[in-house]
Amino acid sequence: MKSYILHRLFQALIVIWGISLITFSLLHFFRDPVLILLPPEATKEDVALLRREMGLDQPIIVQYFKFMSGMARGDFGKSFVAQRPALGLVLERMPMTLWLAASGLLLAIIISIPLGVLAAVRRNRIQDHSASVLAVLGQAMPLFWLDIMLIIIFAVKLRLLPASGSGSFRHIILPATGIAVSVLPILMRLTRSRMIEILSQDYIRTARAKGLGEKAVLFRHALRNALIPVVTILGFQFGMLLGGAVITETIFAWPGVASLVVESIFNSDFPVVQAAVAVFAILIVAANLVTDIAVAWLDPKVRFG
Amino acid sequence: MRRDRKGYQKFLYRLSQARIGVIGLGMVSFVLAVAFFAPFLSPQDPLEQDLRSRLKPPFWDEKNDYKYLMGTDPVGRDMLSRLIYGSRISLSVGFLTMSFSAMLGITLGILAGFYRGLLDSVISNCINIMMSFPYILLAISVMAATGPGYKNLVMVLGFTGWPIFARLVRAEVIELKNRDFVTAARALGGRNSGVILKHILPNLASSIIVLSTFELARMIIRESFLSFLGLGIQPPMASWGGMLAEGRSYMLNLWWLAAIPGSAIFFTTLGINLMGDGLRDWLDPHTRNR
Repeated sequence: MKSYILHRLFQALIVIWGISLITFSLLHFFRDPVLILLPPEATKEDVALLRREMGLDQPIIVQYFKFMSGMARGDFGKSFVAQRPALGLVLERMPMTLWLAASGLLLAIIISIPLGVLAAVRRNRIQDHSASVLAVLGQAMPLFWLDIMLIIIFAVKLRLLPASGSGSFRHIILPATGIAVSVLPILMRLTRSRMIEILSQDYIRTARAKGLGEKAVLFRHALRNALIPVVTILGFQFGMLLGGAVITETIFAWPGVASLVVESIFNSDFPVVQAAVAVFAILIVAANLVTDIAVAWLDPKVRFG
Repeated sequence: MRRDRKGYQKFLYRLSQARIGVIGLGMVSFVLAVAFFAPFLSPQDPLEQDLRSRLKPPFWDEKNDYKYLMGTDPVGRDMLSRLIYGSRISLSVGFLTMSFSAMLGITLGILAGFYRGLLDSVISNCINIMMSFPYILLAISVMAATGPGYKNLVMVLGFTGWPIFARLVRAEVIELKNRDFVTAARALGGRNSGVILKHILPNLASSIIVLSTFELARMIIRESFLSFLGLGIQPPMASWGGMLAEGRSYMLNLWWLAAIPGSAIFFTTLGINLMGDGLRDWLDPHTRNR
């Protein structure tokens, strides 16, 4: 187990290094930052001066090592727009993104797991078929279109909920619904197929044979075991969840990290873009690492292997 | 008696499953036909502006002008014609980027899974790295860096979509490599390239086909989202994502401007997904009863 964790930690470090490489090269794809920062009437001397100040006249290797050591210390430079450390700006917005992602996820769990159990129990009947129709629809639906339709229906037509912004509990309902729909199908399908598999196993028959009620069999014996891979998938789908947050925040003007990134991209404010991409990526790496270790710990084959 | 009923039910179930795939195929063929015959189908020039007849409502509104069945956009272009031409963008970007990602991913996946060793660890780490970015964020940043446009869009989506193919192919190759028929082929003196092409690749076909269908739908969604943000296809070219973005600012009263192009995207991706589900059931007997 110890060597497995060490191995996975080492792998995670490699991934983080690769991410730093990509994040760094993003900068060199962008338009010249000096030309963005200076007014159009700036002289050549001004340009050269600022370039030297920013260290852009140094060889690319030196710039890369500077960037790396900065990243290791959490220093991505100052935002060109806000003139404050980029990482601080990103971390300030983080709670809003996590709050949105968590509510979406919670909503998805509340709906998908009972639905998956129901579909498994009523397999091949109307409940199962309707659940799978829902799953197919949810999977095919482009999230940004769903978000817009939610706004049109619930904010514009019915005037029930606010169309954008944040501040009250009512503001989070529509964006969280959007995110929930995007992760719901995979959770429901997995719960269903695992439940079907488990319900046909001997220990379930034993539980039934000893006279346990159907509820106890379903929830205490079957669902508990079915949930292990569901939790695993949740860990690995963390990236998808954040991707959904990027889309949803843009549509609903939700003041989280993702809308900050999109804003910064249009302002060519790349320290902020780099900081946000790095933070997101590190979060995903961490989520995968924790999931992997948890799975290994749960699975005796890996634990003792 | 009971057995018959079971078989009968099973048959009905499989028919209903197949029918879903057939419906999907029909939807996709419809969009393909629209894209192919766009010049013959579209009633107007999709780029021609007519400011006097801007923001006309679609057919269900009584103020609709029969000349513009789906109404007109904010600069008076015919929505229906733009929808029809938009299908060309979505499908061509989708197919190009999906095929490119698939080819790259399959090649790298086979190399990693078949030869293992250092090559495998390099490729696997690349897969892990690429998959640790929220995909859409990566695509947005790279698009912003390279600049918008059709060619850049295809390049960016094509180059960033391979890891999912590589991961699937690698895992399957590792499993196939230890099967008896591959060992036999190698023992009989088959060269590596021959074994890969004749014995491994054909066995990968069904899972690759299924993944490709789902990836096609995802690519279309990504294309339309990037165009929606203004980072993909540029106006005046008609793309569904771009139309959605134009309609977004009129959402409060002229909601159909955003709803119509969005529904076109949904129709297409739904068709592709249904087709993918049908294909999966048809190609893989294991999932048939799942």
